[in-house]
Amino acid sequence: MANDSTSVDAVVDAAPNREAAPDGGVQAEQRIAVATQWQLMWWRFRKHKLAVGGTIVLALFYLLSLFADFFAYADPQESDAQRSLMAPQPIHWTDDGRFAPYVYALKGMRDPITFKRVYAFDTSKKIPVVFFGRGEPYDFLGFIPMDRHLLAVEGAKAGESLFLLGTDTQGRDLWSRLMFATRTSMTIGLVSVALSLVLGVVLGGVSGYFGGAIDSVIQRIIEILRSIPTIPLWMGLAAAVPNDWSVLQVYFAITIIISLIGWTELARVVRGRFISLKQEDFVMAAELVGCSKPRIIFRHMVPSFISHIIAATTLAIPAIIISETSLSFLGLGLRPPAISWGVLLQDAQNIQALVLSPWLLFPSIAVIVAVLAFNFMGDGIRDAADPYL
Amino acid sequence: MVAYIVRRMLLAVLTVWAISVLSFIIIHLPPGDYVTSYIASMSASGSAVSEGEAKALREQLGLDKPITVQYVKWMGLILQGNFGMAMEWGRPVTDVIGDRLTLTMVISVAAIIFTWGLALPIGIYSAVYRYSFMDYVFTFVGFIGLAIPGFLLALIVMYVGFAYFGANVGGLFSPDFAEAPWSLARAWDLTKHLPIPAIVLGVAGTAQLIRIMRSNLLDELRKPYVMTARARGLPEYRVILKYPVRVALNPFVSTIGYLLPYIVSGSIIVSLVLSLPTVGPLLLKALIAQDMFLAGTIVLLLGVMTVIGTFISDLLLMWIDPRIRLGRE
Repeated sequence: MANDSTSVDAVVDAAPNREAAPDGGVQAEQRIAVATQWQLMWWRFRKHKLAVGGTIVLALFYLLSLFADFFAYADPQESDAQRSLMAPQPIHWTDDGRFAPYVYALKGMRDPITFKRVYAFDTSKKIPVVFFGRGEPYDFLGFIPMDRHLLAVEGAKAGESLFLLGTDTQGRDLWSRLMFATRTSMTIGLVSVALSLVLGVVLGGVSGYFGGAIDSVIQRIIEILRSIPTIPLWMGLAAAVPNDWSVLQVYFAITIIISLIGWTELARVVRGRFISLKQEDFVMAAELVGCSKPRIIFRHMVPSFISHIIAATTLAIPAIIISETSLSFLGLGLRPPAISWGVLLQDAQNIQALVLSPWLLFPSIAVIVAVLAFNFMGDGIRDAADPYL
Repeated sequence: MVAYIVRRMLLAVLTVWAISVLSFIIIHLPPGDYVTSYIASMSASGSAVSEGEAKALREQLGLDKPITVQYVKWMGLILQGNFGMAMEWGRPVTDVIGDRLTLTMVISVAAIIFTWGLALPIGIYSAVYRYSFMDYVFTFVGFIGLAIPGFLLALIVMYVGFAYFGANVGGLFSPDFAEAPWSLARAWDLTKHLPIPAIVLGVAGTAQLIRIMRSNLLDELRKPYVMTARARGLPEYRVILKYPVRVALNPFVSTIGYLLPYIVSGSIIVSLVLSLPTVGPLLLKALIAQDMFLAGTIVLLLGVMTVIGTFISDLLLMWIDPRIRLGRE
């Protein structure tokens, strides 16, 4: 869209002498002259502070999802009506001036007047909290049996005495659930974007490279898809997922549904690149020396715009995460035994419940931070890939 | 110019057709049909439906015919303005949807007006005072606005309203007017309730538009004609508003084609949280009950409304941009 008004000097700027030097000087210039495309990109990316910050946050998020069982300390499915809707419990870090984290034991009781469950700290009973202690057994990375967790409590089950972020309506520990939800929601973004990418690159590539009738047909399909409100469409498709499907089947069904509608933007980017590259001399040269079409596409054209694809892909992930969260929030996406950010936020649907137990909104912070981080990183990559776009 | 309008109209018709097929397919995707879920709900409440009754019901509703026949029948009825029966409600679909669809569009348009009204001045400000303190503030707020899904923002607004002001900020009408027939007082009541949903819906779009406006205007401001205007002593506000803003506005208008579907689609989910009487809650219920005529009609009508909106924005674009009007794109 912004291209409509690309000015003459912007075009001149975009001419080959791309001097995005980290700093001036002859030496630096020499370094730039011999630097590869990726090095140049990395130098530019590094200067984008927000993008670097976003990347670090994302790395942490994926670390959390990879080792979710380690960072969680309780079974995310174990419910107990006796501990429903407990408020987050503070950890006391020092005891008598030295570092010895502990929590107070909690007593649940019924309020004699309102009959609501209320909880009180039993200040006479301190439960020590230890790092890297033993807790629920699990399979580290899926195959190494282990029972060490980031946090554990001594002399009791962590799931029964430690509630960093409180509990949900069914008395399940929100912190542990959040860890597993992060795993689901962060990977659904990746899987879904991979599918969108395949669709977008193939259709966008075909459209841009061959042009003509195929191009018009694909462009019309994209325009049509983009002019339909997506959420009703998603809702309709998601409502069609049978109730008796397993968690994994639903997961993939939702992934496919989201990517089926989400590929259009990627296709647009790829097509645009193909069209602008088709007229480049090096493509003409490759055609003249008799390279095959796949070779021209994959060996000559794709490498010169792969960075754009990476940027567009990164920028597509947050939209996917938001879609999944929204669908699951409505109860049409992933369904309860599965845990995702949207599933967790379903508990927050009831405003009265929310006012009484605002910690149910904690998962939303994860959503916002992840989406922000993806946006920052994507912007950084895009600027680094082509500062003139 | 005529060619442009005809092309756009053809595309609109094609889109409407595609939407009709899509919505019809969606409704038929779930295993089972309305009768299956009807039987399930009947047996849950204790009364059984016999095999013969089920068959009669299917025949009566035309559910036993092949899918293409059902589609053609459905389309034929729709072209006559008959959208079928909302089975669960036992009333014609138009009755059930009517007001709600209007309200959906009212909210969407209000959100777009909000989006434009805010994005335009902020975008201009951010471009003219680039890298100023306020520019950074707007960029930051914009990023946050983009990162918060609509339903989450709605939840937060509800929460804040409830916890700190003790008021229920949801809904579109005061209790007195909820069921009342349309009147001036009711319309005024609606206007008073509109800002919150409009803002919740518009925030993400506003953030996007500010960025588009800012970068477009920055491109324009660099051009030599701006310097010429300045050199000839035009007052600064005229230098900026007279030409560069007009040119930068162009892509701004064309984004409405994407903004409208985006906002309509967001309104569905935001309505559920804010309990607005739009088609959103109705669609969710219909989908869960597999009420095919109702759900299909909602998806179809939402799509058609969006297409019409987009078409209007195309005409608007033509009016603003002489390049399109004179046949050169």
